[in-house]
Amino acid sequence: MEFAAHCPWLSDDGPDTDVVMSCRVRLARNLARFPFVGRADEAQRKELCNIARQVVLSSNLADGVIWVDLNHATARDRQLLVERHLISKNLAEANIPRAVAVSGDETLSVMVNEEDHLRMQLLAPGLRLVELVERINVVDDAIEAKVDYAFSPRWGYLTACPTNLGTGIRLSVMMHLPALKLTSEIDRVRRAAKDLHLAVRGYYGEGSESAGDFYQISNQVTLGSSEQDLLREFDQRVLPRIIEYEQHARRMLVEDNATLLDDRIHRALGTLRSARLLGAEEAMKLLSRLRLGVHLGRLPDLDIAAINRLLLQVQPAHLQTYVAADLNSEQLREARATLMRQTLQ
Amino acid sequence: MNPLKCDYCDKPAVVHEVTVKNGQKNEIHLCEEHAQEAGVALPSHQPINQLLTQFVISQTSKGKAMAKKPCPTCGMTYRRFRQTGNLGCPDCYQAFEEQLAPLIRRAQNGADRHRGKTPRRAGASDDRQLQIRQLVRELDEAVADEQYERAAQLRDRLRGFDPQSPGSKAVAEPDNEPHQSKS
Repeated sequence: MEFAAHCPWLSDDGPDTDVVMSCRVRLARNLARFPFVGRADEAQRKELCNIARQVVLSSNLADGVIWVDLNHATARDRQLLVERHLISKNLAEANIPRAVAVSGDETLSVMVNEEDHLRMQLLAPGLRLVELVERINVVDDAIEAKVDYAFSPRWGYLTACPTNLGTGIRLSVMMHLPALKLTSEIDRVRRAAKDLHLAVRGYYGEGSESAGDFYQISNQVTLGSSEQDLLREFDQRVLPRIIEYEQHARRMLVEDNATLLDDRIHRALGTLRSARLLGAEEAMKLLSRLRLGVHLGRLPDLDIAAINRLLLQVQPAHLQTYVAADLNSEQLREARATLMRQTLQ
Repeated sequence: MNPLKCDYCDKPAVVHEVTVKNGQKNEIHLCEEHAQEAGVALPSHQPINQLLTQFVISQTSKGKAMAKKPCPTCGMTYRRFRQTGNLGCPDCYQAFEEQLAPLIRRAQNGADRHRGKTPRRAGASDDRQLQIRQLVRELDEAVADEQYERAAQLRDRLRGFDPQSPGSKAVAEPDNEPHQSKS
């Protein structure tokens, strides 16, 4: 599988990218006349893959769509897709007929036989949810023109788990909140998010820990409001408040605690430039500090694009692809440190 | 105060349920064993959300009987759904509607009706579904505003969509709409 050195959604050319690294819209859809994936048998799961392949590849959803049969993909290729946020960890590790369609620019992916028959998503750098909701609606219409979705007027789009019921829409943003973490205010954000019925997850979504002060925040309620109302609430009411909160914390750090801030940033740079062994989690934490430093103008010689690229390259499958070798965990730590030293000198 | 005894044996009751229907108060007291039999109590290490789920099931009068009845399409049971968190097929929503509705309301911040996009190929015309949704929305608003006369009129218009009713002009009422899946 060939991939560019960086992801388009990490390009840092979107609105509010200092706080919102990337955003994502996902729709959960199921085909009528089939059991949900968990209860379908092998033959039905294969048939679902075949139908999806035919529909997706003939619908002109995006330029250069490729179809990846995950049962024939290597473990490293599947992990690459996870690291690029194109498939979920669950789909990568499942042992059933499953697939993913990915657009040439990697902004669109359609997962087949995840928890639902179809999970289609669009990714973009920065905060561009309005645009993504419009585009995913077009993708959804194109697929719907060729299949019958499981739908009920009362419950909306029927999903395997009732937590996705109704619109089946999940709006999420990958937020970088290092200042709120440094000032120990992140727990207040978590509590407020819970009150607002938002889910706060780690870098790889469900079940993952937050690494490097990156948090995935998404709506939990999918039923009872239209897609536009859910979008308006999330995009115009909730997110601006969190963004402002982080930006305020950053301003306070610069004004009241510049020495502490510079200490953290330069220690991070020092470690990354000198370490001989680096774990993925530590690397992300240190890169997160650099990212903060660049956005606050404390590291004029570094650019964000390079840091975003490193955030991706420190992941195990990307690192192994970069050095073109299978590495054990110790070798990974060494390769990661070497990559940092070469890039950040 | 002496602990209350189970309605079915002499053991102390650990589950107490009070319901008021038509002004009549009805109390149920069950020991752990009988409560488990009724599908209410679970071992104490059970996570709180599962305990709540069990409690919610017990609130519906038919819940206990229905909890064991599988989905006619895929054979999924409600008990199995509670273990896995996933339903078996689209028809499960109809098969377990009574038990699911309170759970869905809880998970969805009180919502229990779809208000978003409708597929064009939902097996019916766009117009009919749009009309039904509009009527349902107006009915909800009328009830919320305590405009009962208007609510009754809207309800009658919604009944016009019921295939069972005489002079019906359309196919189905929203809640009773047969689901798409026939697997």
